[in-house]
Amino acid sequence: MLPPVFGVLFDGIAYGMLLFVLSVGLSVTLGLMNFVNLAHCAFAMLGGYLTATLVNDFNWSFFATLPLAFIAAATASIAFERVFYRRLYRAGDLDQVLLTIGIAFVSVAIAAYLFGTAQQPIQTPPLLRGAIDFLGLSLGKYRLFLIAIALVVTILLVVGIEYTRFGAQVRAAVDNQRMAGGLGINVERTFAVTFALGSGLAGLGGALAIEIVGLDPNFSFIYLVYVLIIVSVGGLGSIAGSLAAAILIGVSDIAGKYYFPELGAFLIYLVMVVILMWRPSGLFGRR
Amino acid sequence: MVPTDTISAPQLYLQSLSRWSATEIAFWLATLLPFFLFPNYLSLASQIAITALFALSLDLILGYAGVVSLGHAAFFGIGAYAAGLFSKFVWGEPISGLLVAALLAGLAGYATSFIICRFRHLTLIMLTLGLGLLAFEVANSAHWLTGGSDGLQGVRIWPLFGIFKFDLYGYTAYSYSLAVLFLFFLGMRRLVHSPFGLALRGIRENLVRMPAIGAASRAHIRKAYTIAAAVAGIAGALLTQTTESAALESISFQRSADVLVMLVLGGAGRLYGGLIGAIIFMIARDQFSGIAPQYWYFWIGILLIVVVMLLPNGILGGLSKIFARWSRK
Repeated sequence: MLPPVFGVLFDGIAYGMLLFVLSVGLSVTLGLMNFVNLAHCAFAMLGGYLTATLVNDFNWSFFATLPLAFIAAATASIAFERVFYRRLYRAGDLDQVLLTIGIAFVSVAIAAYLFGTAQQPIQTPPLLRGAIDFLGLSLGKYRLFLIAIALVVTILLVVGIEYTRFGAQVRAAVDNQRMAGGLGINVERTFAVTFALGSGLAGLGGALAIEIVGLDPNFSFIYLVYVLIIVSVGGLGSIAGSLAAAILIGVSDIAGKYYFPELGAFLIYLVMVVILMWRPSGLFGRR
Repeated sequence: MVPTDTISAPQLYLQSLSRWSATEIAFWLATLLPFFLFPNYLSLASQIAITALFALSLDLILGYAGVVSLGHAAFFGIGAYAAGLFSKFVWGEPISGLLVAALLAGLAGYATSFIICRFRHLTLIMLTLGLGLLAFEVANSAHWLTGGSDGLQGVRIWPLFGIFKFDLYGYTAYSYSLAVLFLFFLGMRRLVHSPFGLALRGIRENLVRMPAIGAASRAHIRKAYTIAAAVAGIAGALLTQTTESAALESISFQRSADVLVMLVLGGAGRLYGGLIGAIIFMIARDQFSGIAPQYWYFWIGILLIVVVMLLPNGILGGLSKIFARWSRK
């Protein structure tokens, strides 16, 4: 029999995995272009609402909606990149922050207009309901599914970045943008594709998040804070860093809520501030 | 009168900046108009003056020193709660309440400025955001002291100077807020047109170069940040005193974001940017919230996108560009 601390650890890791899927795209695009995209979670919310609508109103299977959430968020992000983001790559932090906060504000209002301000309910398929008993711990099936998906995403990302031609281009552009351009890599296109993939992952994360944390129009802002914490703690452009930071933040958040409920979210903010003061470029950051 | 040849060129430049223009005088005279034209809207006018003071404090660090802060409401909130608690547990005299709030917010600003001055870019944005959220969580969880999400109860403010009561129509409230705003505006105006103000602008334009020419950049940033925090605390205290309540909203991320929006809308790095931004933002919010409160942020978002895409220096920047082009012809 295992003591309950392992149950907390398991929930924390599952939550961390969810946060990882939500945030890894932002980490890579920030490392690549230094573009502060505070609208990242708006794309996640798009994926979430798409899944909720398809499952609840059109009786789609939950599994079938997940790829669609990915594609929808990726497509939307391409449009935004073309129209807005592209013009601000060379602008200061402040302009980027303002533009993307503006987009996030608009997304909140549109979501409230279309779906109301209530939490969206979702019916998960029977396969993912219930729990498995393992050495006296009851492990939620949905959480196991989350961990599995996050592991698949991590493997795909690592393989994609380390062993493919496109991955090599991305790494080169992160390391030295001008040099990469000089070698004939189309940095802008590389960035656009990476950006779309990252936002698509956010959309997937948004769809997966409904069961765990719910979905309402404020999702864009509530999870933005978590995502930013993970990105800045993990270090820009580092997949391993994002994974480590996501698990760290996920576990400390769940443990904080379990053991010190009166502190609220105090613990994770404290973890972030302390880590940033100790290592300004994050745990795995290079700059 | 000092002969001009003994005054150096930089001093002349600073003097020319700090000369009062007719537009400025007209602007401040116009702030008296609400007393005569809109006596029913004096409470709103008082809120605008308070918000303008808050925006002015952010302008010092963001517009002049280039320190982007997403957590400036922390100091506003500290001031608001300090003034409220002071009136509850010590006495309700407003001016001393303001001073206590300024002192506490300034101390908090001074303490955090040692962190702020070491970082730049994304790390800085994240640190200010994190510190702001920490302050919010503290205020939220210290329910026994702040009342948590119910707001601080039992704030009683004595009449101003023992004579002027804070009335329902906001007559005293607006006079009081406007007077404090004007006073601090004068101070801020003096500050940004001093050599210290020039040094701050140098830091904004080129952080690496300033130490190279012998300017103590970090000390300058610390000073500016402390002053900005104290002024933000005063704005918060004004809000508590004029409304006789302090809510969790005063320390929230929303307030930090709002003030940033106002400043950028009006034009950061110009003294009047924050003031104009606050006037437009607050009046627009008052009007739009009447129609459909939940969609107010839709318009703010659109406004932000438009300002960033089309008016990079805010409304005042756009106006001065048009004015410059027009006067060249």
